[in-house]
Amino acid sequence: MEAIILQILNGLDKGSAYALIALGLTLIFGTLGVVNFAHGALFMMGAFVAVTLKRVLSISFDTIDETRIDFLGNPMVVSTPYVEVWFGPSVGGTIIDWAVPLAVIVAIPIMALIGIIMERGLIRHFYKRPHADQILVTFGLAIVLQEIIKAFYGANPIPTPSPEAFIGSYDFGVLLGFDPFSIMYPYWRLVYFGFAAVIIGAVFAFLRFTTFGMVVRAGMEDREMVGLLGIDIDRRFVIMFAIAAVVAGLAGVMYAPILSPNYHMGMDFLVLSFVVVVVGGMGSLPGAVAAGFLLGVLQSFASMSEIIELVPGINQVVIYLVAVIVLLIRPRGLLGRKGVMED
Amino acid sequence: MLGLKKADLRLFLIVVGLVVFAPFLLNPFPESVGMAQFNAGYPDLMQKLVIFGIFAVGYNILFGLTGYLSFGHAAFLGVGSYSGVWMMKLLTMNVIPALIVSVIAAGLFSLLIGYVSLRRTGIYFSILTLAFAQMCYSLAYSVLTPITGGETGLTLSLSDPRILGAAQAADGNIPAAHIFGLGMGESAELVLGDWSFTFNVGYYLSGIVMLVAFYLAIRLFRSPFGLMLRAIKSNQTRMSYTGLNPRPYALAAFVISGMYAGLAGGLMVAMDPLAGAERMLWTASGEVVLMTILGGAGTLIGPILGAGVIVYLESIISTINSSVLHGWFNALPDWLENTLVNIMYPFVGSGWHLTLGLVFMLVVIFLPGGIVEGGKRIAGVFKRNRAEPSGDIKKSAEPGE
Repeated sequence: MEAIILQILNGLDKGSAYALIALGLTLIFGTLGVVNFAHGALFMMGAFVAVTLKRVLSISFDTIDETRIDFLGNPMVVSTPYVEVWFGPSVGGTIIDWAVPLAVIVAIPIMALIGIIMERGLIRHFYKRPHADQILVTFGLAIVLQEIIKAFYGANPIPTPSPEAFIGSYDFGVLLGFDPFSIMYPYWRLVYFGFAAVIIGAVFAFLRFTTFGMVVRAGMEDREMVGLLGIDIDRRFVIMFAIAAVVAGLAGVMYAPILSPNYHMGMDFLVLSFVVVVVGGMGSLPGAVAAGFLLGVLQSFASMSEIIELVPGINQVVIYLVAVIVLLIRPRGLLGRKGVMED
Repeated sequence: MLGLKKADLRLFLIVVGLVVFAPFLLNPFPESVGMAQFNAGYPDLMQKLVIFGIFAVGYNILFGLTGYLSFGHAAFLGVGSYSGVWMMKLLTMNVIPALIVSVIAAGLFSLLIGYVSLRRTGIYFSILTLAFAQMCYSLAYSVLTPITGGETGLTLSLSDPRILGAAQAADGNIPAAHIFGLGMGESAELVLGDWSFTFNVGYYLSGIVMLVAFYLAIRLFRSPFGLMLRAIKSNQTRMSYTGLNPRPYALAAFVISGMYAGLAGGLMVAMDPLAGAERMLWTASGEVVLMTILGGAGTLIGPILGAGVIVYLESIISTINSSVLHGWFNALPDWLENTLVNIMYPFVGSGWHLTLGLVFMLVVIFLPGGIVEGGKRIAGVFKRNRAEPSGDIKKSAEPGE
């Protein structure tokens, strides 16, 4: 029982990331009809916003402290971040410590801007082209984006720890009445799950309860009709693209402490997120979210040693296997609507 | 001749000429001048050029003709490589059985994957092939380690039970791959003044295989079967309304292109007996898509051109480093030199993929027909200048839908 709960919990954080990326992919596909292979790159860039903010906040100047001596016997060089000078050591230190959550605020305008530039500059020209061309050009864009990041940040993963307050694990064992330390779960992953839930809820609420969201949903149903009613649907779809970019970016920002950002993390997540979208149903937002969590949990179950002993290698392929089965048996996906991209 | 039409025959003969004289054509600069770094006439690179040519020609049969965008063809290349190495380990160092088994294994494997994937079209097909390829990659990397060598890759060893051949060469080393005694690594050197040209056995073997593969591709393009494949691309629904089932045709194209990929994998192994899982990674699949698109999907010569350009640029650009760049702009004033070097530096050396991605995007955006279309457009400009009044010749040549 403990093992099962632990695996479900373990699947949640990865599942949250899948769900967030897949949500953005589905938003873009549902509104603009574009298959965006560069979406993983947006996730990756979000993570690097966190890295950058951490670095910017830690910019410091060096002073020589004559009273202390380093291990070579020379006077110690002390580097003090400017933030600590401006806000005082304790507040400044806290700001640097909380760089990752702060990056969420910074990332929203940055990712929205990147999304708008991407849509207006490139993807707009591909609405009328075949799906293959859309895949290819966004694939090229993904390569370019990740290579740019690589040129600036190098090829190695950059550890970006979470705030100190969230280091350590929460003992679910005590909470649920099992033995202590039987189910340990890192705080930050809990935070990530909560964050993902909030974002997903916000996106759904936005689409459900605002006029803007209503128009967008109408546009997803019948773009031409909405246009004929005198609504500038294109402009709203651009904003949806920006929102999708922000969602992917925020998913990346918060994921930085879980997985040290490297330039190809986007591609790794993208392939899986596509699978998630397909399993959930192309164009179905609840499907994307449900499938994201489902596959995340499934993957962590498949990584249990008992199951690996039974079917070796299943942890590597379970997601793809599920995708293949779903596509063959129920091509529209678990929650997909009839007739949407079913062939 | 050879059952080809005149234009096709000319094209084929041009390719034959290019392959035969490549050691000269790719070595235009003498050894001593600085431009020698643009020479590509060394065996490794020439082998790679023709092998990726085969891969791209095969991929084009699927993507160019039927329009099915597969993101998993590297898996077949990998299967071909692994089976090639296993033939060398178990049977003989002669490359012929290795090549044959590579093709057969990749063919069977693509039959399996194609049968499942082709139940869907469009992006679903792309994602299915991608999923299969990633699955193969992960498996090759982890569970199948006894067969694939896992992370280190599959290599020959001194204890291989080679049935038709010695486990060790006379000098105690692992024997080299050969074709009826002619080693793949053997080359003849021709020194003409400052130039030196290398004629490598492995290269010419790959070249001959590539020519055969290319010839078969031309025949296939021009055959009724090729016409069927084009019908799938232009309108699958209409095709099925005329009473034809598109799926067997698409599957045949898929298997054929998979066999081409297996052949390329087998040849890679024949040149260098080593197979690794990274050959099956989906970026490797992406690369062959790039080659085909860059050259011109659906054209005969396009994939060969695309493969040539990409492989050549990759090997040349990735060797350029900042000191080479400084050397180029030596004559300029210092500030200009440094600015130019700083601008170009991210695009060369390890930044080669950035250049590749940019080129690829530009081609997809502005020149969806690739190099071949570009060439046609340029030729069109010249033609129009000559025959001034009739400006819309090209339009009338478009087939009506």
